[in-house]
Amino acid sequence: MRHVISLLIENESGALSRVSGLFSARGYNIESLTVAPTEDASMSRMTIVTIGSDEIIEQITKQLNKLVEVVKVVDISEAAHIERELMLVKVRATGKDREEMKRTADIFRARIIDVTDASYVVELTGNQAKLDAFTSAIDPALILETVRSGVCGIGRGDRVLKL
Amino acid sequence: MVLTGAEIVIRCLQEEKVEYVFGYPGGAVLYIYDALFQQEDVRHVLVRHEQAAVHAADGFARSTQKVGVALVTSGPGATNAVTGIATAFCDSIPMVIISGQVPTGAIGQDAFQEVDTVGITRPCVKHNFLVRDVRDIATTMKKAFYLAQSGRPGPVLVDIPKDITIAKCEFEYPKEISMRSYNPVVKGHQGQIKKAVQLLLEAKRPMIYAGGGVVLSDASEQLTKLTRLLGYPITTTLMGLGGYPASDRQYLGMPGMHGTYEANMSMHYSDVLLAVGARFDDRVVGDPANFAEEPRKIIHVDIDPSSISKRVRVDVPIVGDVKDVLDEMIRQLEAGPARPDISAWWKQVEEWRSRDCMGYKNSDEIIKPQFVVQTLWEVTGGDAFVSSDVGQHQMWAAQYYRFDKPRRWLNSGGLGTMGVGMPYAMGAQLAHPGAQVACITGEASIQMNIQELSTCKQFRLPIKICNLNNRYLGMVRQWQQLFHGQRYSESYMDSLPDFAKLAESYGHVGIRIDKPCDVEGALREAFTTHKNDLVFLDFQVDQTENVYPMVKGGKGLTEMILSAEDL
Repeated sequence: MRHVISLLIENESGALSRVSGLFSARGYNIESLTVAPTEDASMSRMTIVTIGSDEIIEQITKQLNKLVEVVKVVDISEAAHIERELMLVKVRATGKDREEMKRTADIFRARIIDVTDASYVVELTGNQAKLDAFTSAIDPALILETVRSGVCGIGRGDRVLKL
Repeated sequence: MVLTGAEIVIRCLQEEKVEYVFGYPGGAVLYIYDALFQQEDVRHVLVRHEQAAVHAADGFARSTQKVGVALVTSGPGATNAVTGIATAFCDSIPMVIISGQVPTGAIGQDAFQEVDTVGITRPCVKHNFLVRDVRDIATTMKKAFYLAQSGRPGPVLVDIPKDITIAKCEFEYPKEISMRSYNPVVKGHQGQIKKAVQLLLEAKRPMIYAGGGVVLSDASEQLTKLTRLLGYPITTTLMGLGGYPASDRQYLGMPGMHGTYEANMSMHYSDVLLAVGARFDDRVVGDPANFAEEPRKIIHVDIDPSSISKRVRVDVPIVGDVKDVLDEMIRQLEAGPARPDISAWWKQVEEWRSRDCMGYKNSDEIIKPQFVVQTLWEVTGGDAFVSSDVGQHQMWAAQYYRFDKPRRWLNSGGLGTMGVGMPYAMGAQLAHPGAQVACITGEASIQMNIQELSTCKQFRLPIKICNLNNRYLGMVRQWQQLFHGQRYSESYMDSLPDFAKLAESYGHVGIRIDKPCDVEGALREAFTTHKNDLVFLDFQVDQTENVYPMVKGGKGLTEMILSAEDL
């Protein structure tokens, strides 16, 4: 089962490697991992997408909690939550492909944020499935470069991950 | 008071009432050693190899419940310490390791004796720190000592760059420390404890299984009280030996791969199993699938939530300090209804016990290793601090030296590190100057830290080394005999030194013992005539002796080889 684990961690050097080291040392999967400071600069928030049985996910959350610098851990996929990922795609945009690319971007409510006479950079936000759908909707031969941020997640309603 | 970083490090150790630092100087820690030289409160034990420094500090901690402290230099000093750190980590031993580091400006420049110590040790410490500012030393040291001893204990490493030890700042040692990200649970959940007690009172075939957590939490008194209150059979793991008196009738010996028949059968066929500070290690329950086949309710008390339901599914988890939880269980039991009648179960347990799985054929011709351990137990009145290395001799020590008190048995249970025996004995002897300290070892293990004979001379540590010399890597040979078609690949120990003479050359007493009739005499001589000397007793033991009983790796607890006849 796919799980989205959110955690707050002290914003100290080496904190990220403690988390990633834990996953590799214990043989857990990481599908994506994102990390950035929060509004409280002393803390970072991490979103980890991982796959595992219930027993493994239980161990993952326990092991993460055991790390001295980890402040809080929540499996946000246990309840209603929102996931978003950002993707930037550089595509070839010449001739009839130029117009077609614009149309496809509009359909996906993507934005074109860089334009040259031969290329666009398309910015697209959504869940993983939406980004995948966009990638498969355009001609793969036109894709020059793709970069994805990895998943950011947050619980719906009054579920709050805060100190 | 304005002090240098180096002086602050030493002041912190003084504040923590550290008696001994085990270490080895080098370039990056020169200023720390200079500060150490100029005071007398913290004494330094100069070892001959950094690995032994960490092991000795670890042995000190195991035998006292105090934090063990080691001090090493950067680069090779730190890498040599890693085995010691990992050993302590696997057995949850409270330790603080201070390592020197190249100056902050040189970090990342591939400087002389530079290594990413924090990176290398990260997977084998409870936590580690790189101090980047002299003003952080005191707080970091306070945190290190706090982390090492609280919750599930473990080693904490503090890496200090050389320039930080020269820099100055105002010194003030924090009285208390709190960390928002670290709040270990101490008290067990009342409701869960109630459930556990109820389950224990409904049991028909109850069993208590206690591990190293009992010793670490100093809860052997509570465990003994609870077990006697209940009247149930009990087994203690390799790490839990001494946590419950081995001479007691309710005690069934050690469980697991080389555990007793009665302990393993009772574990397997129990209907309620109370696990206390133990972690269902692969050497204890064997194949978890096989273990799970027999239906039973499991209560698991542990301070580390991640130990619960890791290998074996648990019905009543109780996260908390073993001592606190046991205290509460006792309180509820004393107030609660009467204990159930489990005489039918005891009858079964006694039947298993009557197989006498620990019996071995003694000999008049050749020294049996078990006989040496048994005689050591008699000669020392069962009251010595006993360290061991790793292998057959370790199992014989665990099986035949019957520990009645906690913190008397010092061995590397989790990591299985050969070479810990002598440094552990050194740490224990320093902590307990007048006590009898023995190191049960083998001719292979002892050579992994043999250089410490020199340290023992310098610090006059009268440990008694009982070398069960079978000229083999015995446990490897045993597995090769049983599972590898008797192809003894590289398990023969050739070109051995004359250990007695070797010990003498360091200024110690060396005795070689060839005959069973000389075993007791030699041991008595070592503990009386040579009470104040290190004595190296080189016992020439049966080369072909195997450790039994044995559960083959990956098999179930009930599939045991009890003796050579079962092969």
